[in-house]
Amino acid sequence: MADDTATTTEGAPAAATDERRAALLAVFAEHLGNALLQSHIKPGQGLWIRVATTAWPEAAAVARDKAGLRFFDFLSAIDWLPSPYGRCEDSSVDVPFPPPMPDRSAAVPGYAGGDTRIQVLASLAKAGTDQRVLLKADVSDDDPRIGTWVNTYAGAAWHEREAHEMFGISFDGNADLRHIYLPSEFEGHPLRKEFPLLARVVKPWPGIVDVEPMPGGDPEDDAAEEGAEA
Amino acid sequence: MTLTDAQQLGYINAQAADGRINVELETDDGMVLNMGPQHPATHGTLRLVARLDGEQVISADVMCGYMHRGYEKLCEVRSYPQVTTLVNRIDWLGSFANEVPFILAAEQLMEVEAPPRAKWIRTLLFELSRIANVSLFIGDLALQLGAQTPAFYAFRDREFVLNQIESVTGGRFHPNFDRIGGLKDDLPKGWIAETKAAMVRLRAFCDEMEGLVYGNEIFQTRTRGIGIIPPQIAQSYGLSGANLRGSGVDWDLRRDANVGLAYDELDWQVWTHPDGDSFARCWVRLQEVREATKIVDQLCDGLPSGSIMAKVPRIIKVPEGEAYIATENPLGAMGYYVVSKGDTGPFRVKIRSASFNNISIASWLLRGVYVPDIITILASLYFILGDIDR
Repeated sequence: MADDTATTTEGAPAAATDERRAALLAVFAEHLGNALLQSHIKPGQGLWIRVATTAWPEAAAVARDKAGLRFFDFLSAIDWLPSPYGRCEDSSVDVPFPPPMPDRSAAVPGYAGGDTRIQVLASLAKAGTDQRVLLKADVSDDDPRIGTWVNTYAGAAWHEREAHEMFGISFDGNADLRHIYLPSEFEGHPLRKEFPLLARVVKPWPGIVDVEPMPGGDPEDDAAEEGAEA
Repeated sequence: MTLTDAQQLGYINAQAADGRINVELETDDGMVLNMGPQHPATHGTLRLVARLDGEQVISADVMCGYMHRGYEKLCEVRSYPQVTTLVNRIDWLGSFANEVPFILAAEQLMEVEAPPRAKWIRTLLFELSRIANVSLFIGDLALQLGAQTPAFYAFRDREFVLNQIESVTGGRFHPNFDRIGGLKDDLPKGWIAETKAAMVRLRAFCDEMEGLVYGNEIFQTRTRGIGIIPPQIAQSYGLSGANLRGSGVDWDLRRDANVGLAYDELDWQVWTHPDGDSFARCWVRLQEVREATKIVDQLCDGLPSGSIMAKVPRIIKVPEGEAYIATENPLGAMGYYVVSKGDTGPFRVKIRSASFNNISIASWLLRGVYVPDIITILASLYFILGDIDR
C-alpha cells in the first residue's frame, strides 16, 4: 500500500519508505562492516545490497538474526554477459554458429555494481511486513564458488541445486548438488548466456518482420505507426 | 563386488532421477518405494522415492524436472508482451494470476501505472483465478482420500467461474489478457450480474464442502495432527500462501505488500490457523475461497469507470533497471525478478514460483510418517507441477 503510493508521488510516503529501507541497510552495514561492498535503494521499490563473496554465509546469518528477515524467498544468479546470439527475434539474418563470444568487458552489472560476470542473487523478507532485501555477491569467472546458505535457511538447498545446474556455481558446504531438473549426465549450464537455445539456432525466429496484418485491420496504417514509433 | 547399502541407494536414486527405472527394491534394513512419475495420487509428474522401514518412511527424496520447460531461458528471447503467453502455463489452474506480477514488474520499470478500472478488473480476474484454482483443490483433496463425489462437485462449480473468465478473456485456462499499462479489453455486457450469481453458487459450494469433507470424521482423523510444520521451519523453507498461514504466520502479500492491485480499497480478512498440520492448510484454503468470493462481490459493486489502458508506446521498450514484484497467487507467493537492459525483451527473468519452495520441504516433512499419510501430506501442501518445474 505504502509502496504503491511511493512510486507515484514524491511526497511524504516516499521519504518514509526510504527511511525504513535505510534503517534496514544500516543493520547490515553495522554487522557486516567492510564486507558490505555497495548498496542501492530505489525509493518505495527495493533495497539491493552487494556483499563480499567470502561474507555470503555471514550475510545470511545477519539477515536472519539481526535484521529479522526469517523468510527465505529465493536464491538464483545473473549472468551479465550479453548473449552472443543476440536477441534472436531482432536479427533478420541467421546468426553464425558458434558466434564470436562478446568481450568480457561487455558484462555490465546492474544495481549495487559488481566485478564479475556472474553474480549470485537472493531475496529475503520479513513475514507480516513488506520488508525485503535483495542480496548480491560476485563469483569468480574461472571457478564460480561461494559458501552455502543451507545452515541458515534450509530452503536454500534446492535453490542452490538449481543455480548449480543452471549457472555452474559451486556452493561450499552443500553436500547435495545433484541436478534437479536435467538428466544427471547433462553437460553445460543452460542459463549462462553462451549456452545456445537450440530451437532458435536451428530455425531463426521470424520475429517482427513477419507479422501478419490483423484481419480487417489496415496494414498501411499499422506500418505508418510503426515508422513513427521508430 | 558388493555394494554398501548407501552406495546402492545412491545408485538407485541416480537412476531414478533420470527416470530410467521404476523399482521397488528390498534391502536388508528397509525397502525403497517409488511413487510416480505416473501415479494416481500425483498432480502431474512428481516422483517420490521413499525409503521405508515397514510402514514408516525413513527418508524421502523428491524428484522433479519431468516438466521443466526452461521458461527463464525462453523469456530472454521473447519481447515483453510475448512473455505473458509463456508464463500463463506455469500454474495452469490459475493462469491469469501468473501474468500479473510480471506485468507489474515491467510497469514498475517503465514507471507506468494502470488506470483504476484496469486495476480493479485485474484484481477481479486475479481472485476468480484463485477461486477456480483452489475450489478444484478442495475436490481433489477428497479424491486423494478416496472420496469421489466432491471432485465432481468441484469440477461442476468451477465451471461457473471458468465461464466468467472465458467470457472476458476468451480463454478458459490461458487468458493472456494482461497488458503493460492495463488490459486487453473491458468487461462484456451483463458480466457483473452473472459473476455475482456465480459467487453465490461458489459460496454454497464452500458450505457444502465444509460439511461434506472438512466435517467428515475420516478426513479429520487422517489430517489432524499429521504433517505438522512449525512456523520457523515454514519460513526457512520459504513456504507461502495457505501453507504458511496454516502454520500460524499472519502474512498475506495482498494485504502487506500490495502493489498495483485494488486490495487496500476493500474490506476483507486474512485467515490463519495455529495448528500447522495438514488439516490447517486445507482449512485455510477453504476459507480463502469463501473470502475471495466476497472480494469479487465488492469489486463488482465498486468497479470504477474510465479507461482500461494507460498510455504506452506501441513498441514496448523497458528502460534499464531491475525490479522484483511478488503477489499472493493461488498457490502462494509468486514473484518475477526482471532485469532490463533497455531492450524490447527482458535480459534476465528469475521466476520465483510458490510450489518450488512449498514442495522442497517434503523431504523434511515426510521423515517418520506412515505411507498412507504421504498422500494426505502432499495433497495438503498443494502443488502444481508446472509451478515446480517451470
